[in-house]
Amino acid sequence: MMTVLRTGFARGGIELRQTLTTFADLWTYLFPAAILIGTVFFMRDAHVPGTSFSLGASTLPGVFGMGLAFGGLVTVAQLLVVEREDGTLLRAKAAPNGMGGYLVGKAVVVGGMTAISLALQLVPGLFLVDGLHVSLSGWLNLLWLVPLAFVATMPIGAVIGSTFENPRNLGLVMLPVFGLVAISGIFYPITGMPGWLQAVGQVFPIYWLGLGMRSVFLPDSLAVVELTHSWRHLETFGVLAVWAVLGLSLAPWFLRQMARRESGSAVAARRERAMATVGR
Amino acid sequence: MTLTGELDTGTEVPAGERVIDVRDLRMRYGTTDVLAGVSFTARRGEVLALLGPNGAGKTTTIEILEGFRMRSAGEVRVLGADPASAGEHWRARVGVVLQSWRDHGKWRVRELLKHLGTYYAAYSTPEISRPWPVDDLLDAVGLTAHAGQRVMRLSGGQRRRLDVAIGIVGRPELLFLDEPTTGFDPAARREFHDLVHRLTDVDDTTILLTTHDLDEAEKLADRIVILAGGRIIADGSADELSRQVAGQTEIRWTRDGQRFIHSAADATAFVRQLFLQYGEDIGDLEVRRDNLEDTYMKLVFDAEGGAR
Repeated sequence: MMTVLRTGFARGGIELRQTLTTFADLWTYLFPAAILIGTVFFMRDAHVPGTSFSLGASTLPGVFGMGLAFGGLVTVAQLLVVEREDGTLLRAKAAPNGMGGYLVGKAVVVGGMTAISLALQLVPGLFLVDGLHVSLSGWLNLLWLVPLAFVATMPIGAVIGSTFENPRNLGLVMLPVFGLVAISGIFYPITGMPGWLQAVGQVFPIYWLGLGMRSVFLPDSLAVVELTHSWRHLETFGVLAVWAVLGLSLAPWFLRQMARRESGSAVAARRERAMATVGR
Repeated sequence: MTLTGELDTGTEVPAGERVIDVRDLRMRYGTTDVLAGVSFTARRGEVLALLGPNGAGKTTTIEILEGFRMRSAGEVRVLGADPASAGEHWRARVGVVLQSWRDHGKWRVRELLKHLGTYYAAYSTPEISRPWPVDDLLDAVGLTAHAGQRVMRLSGGQRRRLDVAIGIVGRPELLFLDEPTTGFDPAARREFHDLVHRLTDVDDTTILLTTHDLDEAEKLADRIVILAGGRIIADGSADELSRQVAGQTEIRWTRDGQRFIHSAADATAFVRQLFLQYGEDIGDLEVRRDNLEDTYMKLVFDAEGGAR
């Protein structure tokens, strides 16, 4: 167990460092941050209806929450599918405790990447946009919210990643996720949705992560524009915990099934298929 | 000629020395029998080559032994355990050389070998110290000059050498090589063969390899097992196999400036007769017994002809 954690953290650390020295990876950090900050900057004169609070400032924390959900759900699923196809997973399977080390490593690298992206959006955001502030209780909330966000989303991402064979089908995952973002009150307030859509939005973690992040970075007076006019910390914790339990109970079985199917010829077959698709 | 019947009594390895022990292994997909009762053994330090036409079941066999694939029936013991249920300690004693494609592209060669080595450190024993020290390993596979390079920048041949290095980083007692030299140039192939000899001579590693290169099998393997149609059709050293097939020997010579070629079952008797008849007139004499390729072609042809 200790070996798994040690090798996994080493693996995650190395891969995280690689993302900081590879041009394409740096781009995926900086590009969304630049777009986001730019958008928020040009929105700085608009205000939350009925208040004098900047609309940009009120949107930004929700986007941080979306970033957490994307890291846990989409990035984990993507990495699992891609690295299964390219044989990374089979290499892990061929080493003692390799699968454990691989999975811990993925959790570390996705956690780290998400944290870096968040920092790249947060730090300029704090300077460019008025109204964001974090109190002591805000920091304390961040301390349970961020780890819980990862535990609630990464296992679900792993389940999604283990069920898709072909990276070119990943769009099927992205589409519903974008749909969920639209109804989760990230860019457009959930209070403006019809009741049944509000209910759907509140089943999934994206809404709660957005709400949680808003509670951290926005003044308490802005809670009035939320559903039930409150930050609903207890409900946030409850829904995310349910997703965490669900994910953690499903993921091991799915991952084992996925790992069992890995062999040299399985990877070779996928390589052939990928080559055939690229060649066309 | 039925070779299969004699095999059970043929090369008997004492049970205690068997690194691989396969009895009546069967694999069935739907209604197709990919393996229809395969039995063979390998002894410690032996290099065993698994040959056969495409679709004969070589890869299926090797993947079952690697523990990467479940079997339909039969008994399999590898290093004393059933690969289908063996644990991490067993995994640490087994090396698998995989065909890489684009995994770990961002990793540097030394970084990757060092990291993968750490998985084996917990399984070091007084007899076998694990993992293989990175610098020695880089030297052994000829990648010292590329140690700092990213894996995605390696040439095809260098990547294959990295594959071998990853396969042996844990100093395995048993190594699986599935078509190891595909894509090697002749020099790289020679170096690879030297490395295999080193592994078996110095470290007493048992090796199971599949290949389509019969020349390679003849050079490397102590014993050759030929699979065709899901069955073993021959099992023995290259020499034994060619004797079993009772092949012809080709004799070439010149006399009075003319070239002659003749095939004979008993070359010695033929050559004796030749000299008795023409004596000093005979020049440029060459006697060439069937090589493994000839033997293989005959065996596979017979097996496939018999099946039809």
